[in-house]
Amino acid sequence: MSTWIGIGIACLVAYVTKLLGYLVPETVLDSPPIRTGSAAATVGLLTALVVANTFASGQQLVLDARILALLAAAVALTLRMPFIGVVVVGALAAALARMAGMA
Amino acid sequence: MTPATRMGLSIGVATGLYGLSFGALGVAAGLSIAQTCALSLLMFTGGSQFALVGVISGGGTWPSAITAASLLGVRNAVYGVQLNELLRPRGSGRLLMAHLTIDESTATAVSQDEPADQRRGFWVAGLAVFVFWNLATFIGALAGESLGDPKAWGLDGAAVAAFLGLLWPRLRGRSAFEVAALCAGATLVATPFVPPGIPIILAGAIAVLVSWLRHRRDVATARVTA
Repeated sequence: MSTWIGIGIACLVAYVTKLLGYLVPETVLDSPPIRTGSAAATVGLLTALVVANTFASGQQLVLDARILALLAAAVALTLRMPFIGVVVVGALAAALARMAGMA
Repeated sequence: MTPATRMGLSIGVATGLYGLSFGALGVAAGLSIAQTCALSLLMFTGGSQFALVGVISGGGTWPSAITAASLLGVRNAVYGVQLNELLRPRGSGRLLMAHLTIDESTATAVSQDEPADQRRGFWVAGLAVFVFWNLATFIGALAGESLGDPKAWGLDGAAVAAFLGLLWPRLRGRSAFEVAALCAGATLVATPFVPPGIPIILAGAIAVLVSWLRHRRDVATARVTA
């Protein structure tokens, strides 16, 4: 397969996947399971993103500098720092940990 | 600037900078600068792009690279359902919304309370990530590996902090904590066994299932009490 054709197919699949959710009709969106599940799904998805971004490296679970970023961000949030401050604290913690030799 | 706008912009800069790493990896995998940039412009979902380039640079075939990228992108369909439920977009605007439907824009939208902020959060985060991600990809592809590893700057730590910052205000009440704990556990347990991206869908499904079971139990209790 030529590189451009491969890229074209992969991008098309990615776009159609993204579009699928928007084609779900309103009657389904208003059904009780979707309505009651929406708030919980938010918590579930955000939690999974935090955990995956902290501990996953491909299919492996690893403990590296990101765990310090997580802890530092939690402290920053407890201190009610603004969002951008929390992001910077997370980056700083990971960068400093790596400078200190952590993976 | 509203908080949703500030969140969207900061997450856009932090995530977008990671495009430097993607640009360098794309060229290192043997793609041209144009091909690497085309992926960021047209595929525009970071995890899938890294997976595709990873398979190609490891000597894998295109069908396997496309499969890996597509599996990682499945969660975007779930995000689409959630954004559709939340924002109720109509008409052709949905075509552009679909393209901007990624982890960051969804997370910023769903973490807002007011519909106007949810909409603003989605568009600001989606467009900011799009602009910075594509610029950074181009620079990274031009510079190659001379830029070094963005991990040394702690950019992966910035992503962790951003997602935690979006989750934090949602963790009100015992039931939210229970769902979060359950989903965190499920993500950890599932990670070694299924392709990346799938644990996130599993966590979402578990959260919906738990809330539905709770809802039914509450309805049943109300009936007994009545």
